[in-house]
Amino acid sequence: MEFTILKRRLDIGKQIDDFLDQVSESGLLFKHGVSDYLKGNQSAFSEKIEHMVDVEHQGDALRRSLEEQLYIQTLIPESRGDVLELLEAMDALLDRFKGALYRFDIEQPEIHPEFHEGFKELINHVVEAVEAMVRSSRAFFKKISGVADHMHKVSYWETESDKVSTRLQRAIFNKDDLHLSQKMQLRDFVMHVDKIADRAEDVSDKLSIYVIKRSL
Amino acid sequence: MFAFFLSSGLFLGWSLGANDASNVFGTAVGSKMIRFKTAAICCSIFIILGAVLSGAGASHTLTKLGSVNAITGAFIVAFAAALSVYLMTRMRFPVSTSQAIVGAIIGWNIFSGSVTDTNSLTKIVLTWVACPTLAAVFAVILYKIVVFIIHHFNIHMFRLDLMTRWGLLLVGAFGSYSLGANNIANVMGVFIPVSPFTDISIFGVFNLSSAQQLFFLGGVAIAVGVLTYSRRVMETVGEGIMKLSPVAAFAVVSAHSLVLFLFASQGLERFLTSHGLPAIPLVPVSSSQAIVGAVIGIGLLKGGRGIRWRTLGGITSGWVITPIIAGVFSLFLLFFLQNVFHQNTYQPMTYKLTPAAMARIKEAGISTQHLVGLADKDFDTAVQFSKEFNKRVKINSMQRDFILSSAEIDKLKITRAAINKVNTVWISPEQLNALEKLKGRSFEHKWQLVQALGDETPAWHFSQNDRNHNDELSNRLANLYSILRQ
Repeated sequence: MEFTILKRRLDIGKQIDDFLDQVSESGLLFKHGVSDYLKGNQSAFSEKIEHMVDVEHQGDALRRSLEEQLYIQTLIPESRGDVLELLEAMDALLDRFKGALYRFDIEQPEIHPEFHEGFKELINHVVEAVEAMVRSSRAFFKKISGVADHMHKVSYWETESDKVSTRLQRAIFNKDDLHLSQKMQLRDFVMHVDKIADRAEDVSDKLSIYVIKRSL
Repeated sequence: MFAFFLSSGLFLGWSLGANDASNVFGTAVGSKMIRFKTAAICCSIFIILGAVLSGAGASHTLTKLGSVNAITGAFIVAFAAALSVYLMTRMRFPVSTSQAIVGAIIGWNIFSGSVTDTNSLTKIVLTWVACPTLAAVFAVILYKIVVFIIHHFNIHMFRLDLMTRWGLLLVGAFGSYSLGANNIANVMGVFIPVSPFTDISIFGVFNLSSAQQLFFLGGVAIAVGVLTYSRRVMETVGEGIMKLSPVAAFAVVSAHSLVLFLFASQGLERFLTSHGLPAIPLVPVSSSQAIVGAVIGIGLLKGGRGIRWRTLGGITSGWVITPIIAGVFSLFLLFFLQNVFHQNTYQPMTYKLTPAAMARIKEAGISTQHLVGLADKDFDTAVQFSKEFNKRVKINSMQRDFILSSAEIDKLKITRAAINKVNTVWISPEQLNALEKLKGRSFEHKWQLVQALGDETPAWHFSQNDRNHNDELSNRLANLYSILRQ
């Protein structure tokens, strides 16, 4: 994988764009992967996992190469620390998507059809939150005045996913024909997914500080 | 011997390089935008270029402020200035070499009884206020423009990074050039009247005047200062008064360079005067003052919260103290050298209102009625002489300078041996011819010689508006005086 990175001697701005593309793609893969899982389409689901692993590798390689270049070429000395932290945090979001998808694969939770919509809605909101975060990050590099617009949306989707998460958990525990163990497993899944939106919001909070620090 | 005396000037150059290079590249190196090595090499090259190519402008004002007329005196003046700059730098104040040298020259003036040219002094002191103010205004305007451009064109962070680096290097080079052009006068200015160098021609293409050769040496000394000692200062200067972003640093260095350039550019001066605009005086200004002014400008633009006022107070008080310390050092050292080592730190000048001088003064429209009582009396110093005639007549400083130059006694004799000593490279055949015709004649005053030469050929005439020609002619004449002096 690193070979491909080396082969593509892209300039660093393009590499950051590519890296953010990977983060964004991981969200979409997660969304479609869970959807396939809920449909019971195991082969499509496995395909998504494989693809996700690929994306994660590429993301890691890009991040490492970026970090290396930032240090070796002593680029953006003023914001280097912030940019590195941002890249790490975005990479962590990507990892969380991968982790969540793997968890579905390993634990194979039994999700009752009446929760399907709730799960889909939650995942949709979480992915939207991360998407907004990706857009904020892009703006941070390209058009700093536009960061605030996107950051506002990160908060919005995080709140929305919190609401869905609470509703979903309540519904799970109100369902009488489930074992407590099943309820707890599903709750963990809901919380795990919801956490991704929380993390996105944490990154967004950090980014707002970086923006202030980057004032010309 | 000249080399030994020049060493103090080179010491001053070295400390200027160690101290002032940090003004140009400090923020860039401090914020790691440019590597020290790159900065030091670029800075050195452009300082030398600036010194040799455009150093002449500002040195003129300094030579006018006080013509240190003995090499030992020049040595002490430069040494006193260098010592005060070095000490203040040790105390971590970004001092001004210009102020130090001005203080030291005034010390020499006091010691030798010469009259300080108040006109030049006022010019110089005014720039101590004008320079930081102008730098602040420029910095704010430039910063506003740059920020507008960045926001308007949505420049990518990495492209901006690259552009800022190149920008900093470019304005740094420009700043170094201006620093060399403007401040070389501080380093070498006092040696111009006593320089033994004659003009050399390199392959008949370039002609290096004696002043330019001095400036080259001074430029090299500054460059050595940059390479050997400026690193520490550069790496710490960025955060002295307030923390600057690279873009703000770019605005600050640009403003600094522009100001230094304005006060050193003969081209600009010619342009302004030829268009009937008021010219900017060509004065050695302080790069430290320019940079501090620019930083404060940016600080105030951002609301003034980031400025460390205490540090700033220290710096400004340093500006008041520097010329005083340099003056005191200069006085003390001159006294020491003159009385303990019996070295001549100045050439005693006598002043006498000879009939010829009286006639010249009268011709210039100054009433000589009250000066009659002073006629044919010898005065040992300019101060004594001007005190006497000030008692009798009310005149302005220009008239005073005119009377002083008219009455200054300098016994010059044109002999065959002297003519043979004149370097034919820097004197035109026409000029030499005029000199030959005057063989055997003696003069009491310098202006008489100039007049006599002018009567022979227009090649010895001062021009109405060609300053370059006049500067060159003055240099030739200064050389001629030293040859013809008895």
